[in-house]
Amino acid sequence: MTDLSLKMLHRFYEQLWQIRFFEGHVQRLAASGEVPGFPHLSTGQEAVAVGVCANLTEGDMLFSGHRAHGHVLAKGSDPYATFCEVIGRQDGLCQGRGGSMHLVDVSTGMLGATGVVAGNLSLAAGAAWAAQVANKEKIAVVFFGDGATGSGVFHETLNLAGLWQLPLLFVCENNGMAEFTGREEHSDVAKVSAFAAPYGISAQTIDGNDVLVVNAAARSAIQGIRAGSGPYLLECMTYRMAGHYVGDAQHYRSKEEMATMKEKDPIERLRLHLLAKGDSAEELEAIMQRVKAEMTAVVDRARKAAHPDPATVMDYVYSADFPGREENAKWN
Amino acid sequence: MKITFAEGLAQAIYEAMAADSRVVLIGSSFMGLNMTARKLMEPAVRDYSDRMLVTPISELALAGAGIGAAMCGQRPVVDLGTGSFIFQAFAQVVNEAANIHYMSGGQSKAPVTFYCLAGMRGMGAAQHSHRTQAMLGQVPGLQILTPGGADDAYQLMKWSLLKSQNPTVFICHSLLFTETSELDPNEPMLPVGRARIRRQGSDVSIIASSITVPRAMAAAELLEKQGIFAEVVDLRTVVPLDRETILKSVAKTGRAVIADECHKSFGVAAEIAATLAEDGLSFLKAPVRRVVVPDVPIPFSQSLEEELTVSTEKIVAAALQVLGR
Repeated sequence: MTDLSLKMLHRFYEQLWQIRFFEGHVQRLAASGEVPGFPHLSTGQEAVAVGVCANLTEGDMLFSGHRAHGHVLAKGSDPYATFCEVIGRQDGLCQGRGGSMHLVDVSTGMLGATGVVAGNLSLAAGAAWAAQVANKEKIAVVFFGDGATGSGVFHETLNLAGLWQLPLLFVCENNGMAEFTGREEHSDVAKVSAFAAPYGISAQTIDGNDVLVVNAAARSAIQGIRAGSGPYLLECMTYRMAGHYVGDAQHYRSKEEMATMKEKDPIERLRLHLLAKGDSAEELEAIMQRVKAEMTAVVDRARKAAHPDPATVMDYVYSADFPGREENAKWN
Repeated sequence: MKITFAEGLAQAIYEAMAADSRVVLIGSSFMGLNMTARKLMEPAVRDYSDRMLVTPISELALAGAGIGAAMCGQRPVVDLGTGSFIFQAFAQVVNEAANIHYMSGGQSKAPVTFYCLAGMRGMGAAQHSHRTQAMLGQVPGLQILTPGGADDAYQLMKWSLLKSQNPTVFICHSLLFTETSELDPNEPMLPVGRARIRRQGSDVSIIASSITVPRAMAAAELLEKQGIFAEVVDLRTVVPLDRETILKSVAKTGRAVIADECHKSFGVAAEIAATLAEDGLSFLKAPVRRVVVPDVPIPFSQSLEEELTVSTEKIVAAALQVLGR
């Protein structure tokens, strides 16, 4: 953990702020109605995205869920195209067809965020299997919340991944909340990592709010997977500082709980670490201000981007060679 | 050369696996419990067992794995076994596979084939007799192939495995396995999306697909004995639906009987009837008749199931009715 260069640490610091500011804008614009739908924020959970994705190459395939902004940015997507997608513009990653819950950027290996809890797990297994038969060093990574472990397909996929020894990293972001209820209310299995052993899968539970811990654990797990040791489950204990969706009043949280939030904040924790390493507060403030200004510019530009042309609504139902495409497009 | 439906399927799978190493079988009970038909898969098992994955009973995981692998360049076929079991995989088929191309703004493709051995097969009762083409036809993004003859079992399966770029639900009716047709392997394939006129006629159009194709053909034989010439339109694919050929046929005959094994309400036949009402009303000399399964779960008892079956006799009766006889 100690061998990380200062440059790398600063990169982490930037990325954490990038996600935080990105989602800050989402939250702000959602409150005013400019971001449509119910965007789900990962505020407080950014260290998992940054620490895991730091160990991935462009060829590695990523799957995520409804809380994917951080994963997409950490995997390298353009913040402008990502923000445009969140507000449904033509310049968006998916030309406005996906939105916040369905971000896809094939160019970075971000193959799919699926808005259905646990819906992404078996897709990632298929991608991992494809990488395995192609004899490539590529791996697949899937992010999911602890809520997904209540779904049958989670267990089906663990079984398949173990059986086929897939190059697949399961990353559980355990924020202790399945939508609105605490973990203890929906499972007697305290740790998600405990689900791995029966399927012959190695697993570890780590502090997911320390980006250095996440980075080190992900690096070791991914090295193992690339070396052919089969799937791995990394449970990152984290903390969702936001509600389930923007607008969630969070009545299920106590004032005391809200008060301890700052201590858990992964950005603050990395800041303290950097200060201890000799960075000055001004230097770190300058990094933060720079990222903030960049993100503000991105969002300002995105808000001016064109909406998709209604005449294109039937595009992409089927790929170009679908024999019934013309018939399908004759919709009115 | 004359082949059976089961031979056509097995031959297509074998040839596709030989032609493209990305064709992979996830699950391998293609012929169901039909032991004679299962023997037909032996050459593929012998030569390509490394691409036939033995699987746990995990439809959600397997359907999803097929989608994920297809998104990464493979051409998998996921064998869901009895057609009713697609419900175990519905979340992946309907909400992932069908949407991924659209939701990604055209970035991702999932050319996966979901194979189903579906239909009222005789005492499958309520939980093993589903025909899912109508409900899946409500899902934009899916192709629904419903071969009714051996020629199309071969050609459509081969097309789905080698050429298709979209997710496909391939619905085989288990009672079709022994049906035969002529197949010239050198003849170019009738394009996907074109219905096949199985029999020319001038008095009434019988529009059929899957299991109702041979029954419609038998009905046309019987009608001919009474001097009535029925045209049999085999849809081959429910999505895409060849509305043009249906309308042309009805323009010629002026009468339409739609024979389909889906339930009556919101079924394939209902969609065709709506098409005729919208775009073919002026051709019709009599109201359209649907020969379909009433809205009831399929019962176990043979006498009860037979009561519901879309039989040759019912098709003949409907044709006589639209002809006013």
